[in-house]
Amino acid sequence: MQLAILTGFGLAFMAPWLHRWLGRYTPLMMALWPMSIAGWLALQWPVVLAGDPLLLEWAWVPALDISLNFYLDGLAWLFAMLISVVGALVLVYTGEYLKGERDLPRFLVIISAFMTSMLGLVLADNLVTLFVFWELTGITSYLLIGFHHDDPAARKSAQQGLFVTVGGGLALLAGFVMLAQAGDSWSLSVLGQRGEQLIGHELYTPILLCVLLGAFTKSAQFPFHFWLPNAMAAPTPVSAYLHSATMVKAGVYLLARLHPALGDTLLWEMTLSLVGALTMATGALLAIRETHVKKLLAYSTVMALGTLTMLLGIGTRDALVAFVVFLLAHSLYKGALFMVAGILDHATGTRDVTAMGGLRGAMPRTAAVACVAALSLAGLPPLLGFVGKELMLTSLLGALPYSGLVLALAFLGAFLTLAVAAIVALRPFFGPVRDMPVTPHEAPLGLLVGPALLAGLSLLFGLLPGLLDGLVAVTVSGLGVAEPGVHLALWHGLNPTLGLSLVSLVLGSLVFCYWGRVRLALARLEPVMRHGPEWGYERLMAGLVRLAEWQTRWLQNGHVRHYLAMTLLVLMGLVGHALFLRHRFEIDVSVDAYFHEVVVAGLMAASALTACLMRSRLAAVAAVGIMGFCIALTFVLFSAPDLAITQLLVETLTVVLLVLVLFRLPRFTRLSTPVERWRDVIVAGSFGLLMALFMLSVLTADALPRISDYMVANSQPLGHGHNIVNVILVDFRALDTLGEMFVLALAAIGVQAMLRFHSDNDVVSSERTTRGDRPHG
Amino acid sequence: MVRSGTLILSVAARLLLPLQLLFSLFLLLRGHDAPGGGFIAGLVASGAFALYFFAYGRQALSAMLKVSPRDLVAVGLLLGVLSTLPAWWFGEAFFTAQWWTLPIIGFKASTPLVFDIGVYLVVVGAVLTAITALADTARTQGAND
Repeated sequence: MQLAILTGFGLAFMAPWLHRWLGRYTPLMMALWPMSIAGWLALQWPVVLAGDPLLLEWAWVPALDISLNFYLDGLAWLFAMLISVVGALVLVYTGEYLKGERDLPRFLVIISAFMTSMLGLVLADNLVTLFVFWELTGITSYLLIGFHHDDPAARKSAQQGLFVTVGGGLALLAGFVMLAQAGDSWSLSVLGQRGEQLIGHELYTPILLCVLLGAFTKSAQFPFHFWLPNAMAAPTPVSAYLHSATMVKAGVYLLARLHPALGDTLLWEMTLSLVGALTMATGALLAIRETHVKKLLAYSTVMALGTLTMLLGIGTRDALVAFVVFLLAHSLYKGALFMVAGILDHATGTRDVTAMGGLRGAMPRTAAVACVAALSLAGLPPLLGFVGKELMLTSLLGALPYSGLVLALAFLGAFLTLAVAAIVALRPFFGPVRDMPVTPHEAPLGLLVGPALLAGLSLLFGLLPGLLDGLVAVTVSGLGVAEPGVHLALWHGLNPTLGLSLVSLVLGSLVFCYWGRVRLALARLEPVMRHGPEWGYERLMAGLVRLAEWQTRWLQNGHVRHYLAMTLLVLMGLVGHALFLRHRFEIDVSVDAYFHEVVVAGLMAASALTACLMRSRLAAVAAVGIMGFCIALTFVLFSAPDLAITQLLVETLTVVLLVLVLFRLPRFTRLSTPVERWRDVIVAGSFGLLMALFMLSVLTADALPRISDYMVANSQPLGHGHNIVNVILVDFRALDTLGEMFVLALAAIGVQAMLRFHSDNDVVSSERTTRGDRPHG
Repeated sequence: MVRSGTLILSVAARLLLPLQLLFSLFLLLRGHDAPGGGFIAGLVASGAFALYFFAYGRQALSAMLKVSPRDLVAVGLLLGVLSTLPAWWFGEAFFTAQWWTLPIIGFKASTPLVFDIGVYLVVVGAVLTAITALADTARTQGAND
């Protein structure tokens, strides 16, 4: 199965070629991949429903306890199903929406890579694997927000989204490491059973704070909500998929996944429910201010994410049932609404809701789809959104000691959402016909299939909520609730919740009717808004740039001698500390050497000294060369032929490269004062002394076991080779070698870039001078 | 700066190049059991190309190589990464070495060998990239002066 998921990356890799063969049908064909994943998930349904999660094992780096195990329980099933179904629909939609776009192949590459990463994220059982996929979704999201990379605003939004989520990702990584130490396992399914051990652990608070920071930034919780509306610079299929149905829910998914492990404390409940409720209210308030249809939807997504977090924070059985239903409902209606927003954009040429009106006549089918989805967003019967909202309000009543505050915020969110739904669905399609930049026309089938199917599912599950009983029960039991019997219904009888719903209906309608005035009133808050979290983010980034400039000036001022001195000093500090303070320091200075060894050593010292004192560069190079050959000779004397050959070859090539640069360098000049030179002598001398002491002390100490014994013993039986050096390089320590290969490749690219850049600069500057000279000469 | 060399150098380079390259392949293939290996072999091959470069110049080197040195680096990295994957297929940990014996010639084929070829290509590519970049700069500067 893991292989099947990972083929998604292969698909991403192949996308440009597929596009060459299949042309405009590529997205349709690629939609087959998520569909087949969905088919596989559907086949696993009986197993998952029976309540025994599927654990698919696959080793990755067993020595570090990192595995590519996949864990399929109710929660993972729900998320994976959403990702693959919505993914397939989005691909179909993309085929029509981005028809004729020159960069369609690039889009397909990134979006299928995203799809794969997202599936990996929700299925991963290992913390490290989950983190890898987590960051991959962040990077692909960055590339998709900045898809129109020639637009500076899109670039800025992409960068903002990346910095916020990756910053949180760093905290998350720290949290994961601490979590694994406290819980003594990297496996999420194991950690889920060690809740008490984790809660009692002294690291509990830092773990929780780090994990929450990661999840909150990813899921755009207050005060990190500002990146999500800006992410609307992405093409609409991306907004529908990443920024409403899937990626932004990754944070919520993580919180749900860790609920059995970390939940059930006052800190968890307080933070999640308050932050969630605050996010809800902020999102709803900011949504009402907007007239840009996609940003309106984005703020309402922020509001929905807040709701989900809040429900997890409350953590009672009712709240968790509401969590699952609301999550599903939101993915269905918000995906549909975003796709409708894209249709409106195409059909009318504007994204401003106030500029649209009376489109019902021109686009009856789109209007129908939009109305169904918006009813679900508004939380009106008979749609799934209504079921979700009722459950949410019920779970809030009397659940917490401070539930009054949370309830008030949630209620504010609920009726403002209703107004948002009305604005999105009623405003463009009803009322007087307005002049729009493009004459409106009905959307083609390719654009309508996705939203129609999602809206239809909202309606189906709303009318027959009993269909979801099994799914909700098994998901909730995975969240740590023992008693799973769940019966969803549309009609709960006359109760306080229904009353609240009715009041919010009235208030929401009022807000919609007087929307213009509400906007004006909110506009007065503008000066306060301007100093919100986004302002803080801008200030922080500016400060970071200043700090970076300052430390670059100080540490990396472009003089190699400065770098060298800095590197040596740091190394001296570390080695010296380890040598003198951390270990028993003893050396054996009894000399036991043959005559020829002494000669070689003396030659080395002499050539080093010569290289330092020489005035001519060529002589200095030659002296350094002599030293290199002496080192090779030492290797030969101590029977290490491989090292000797390597050293000789490296020396030879160094000479070749030096010859190439030699003639271009300026003559030796005195750039430093005598004081600086003496300082350098002291640094260099003490470094040499320290290294000598270090070597002697290593040779003297016998306490440490020699690592080479293992290599010598196992080279032939395990590595099938007699040459131990090579077996170490390509087998025992192959990962290190692979790293070195990348370093070498980067160095080559660096050399080329630096020289090319440099010579281009020269060419440009010389062109500039000639051009400047011409008028005069 | 770098011009075509003297007659002796030209003839020697022409004769030595195939020998050196053969020797580097020899070192590469025997590396697992005797002194040698991808890194050393790569250095020998780079030395051979460097000699050819000194004798005949930048253009001749590119014409003979036919591919850009940077592509050699890329192919090498790709081979290195690819050699890590077969282990996954056999359900073992990432990077576990796999060994096969080719039936007729009795040659030991293995993922470490593929990896070693990757090392070889990266080393050759990196050194040649540096040499050609330096030579190009020297030439543009010569043209500017």
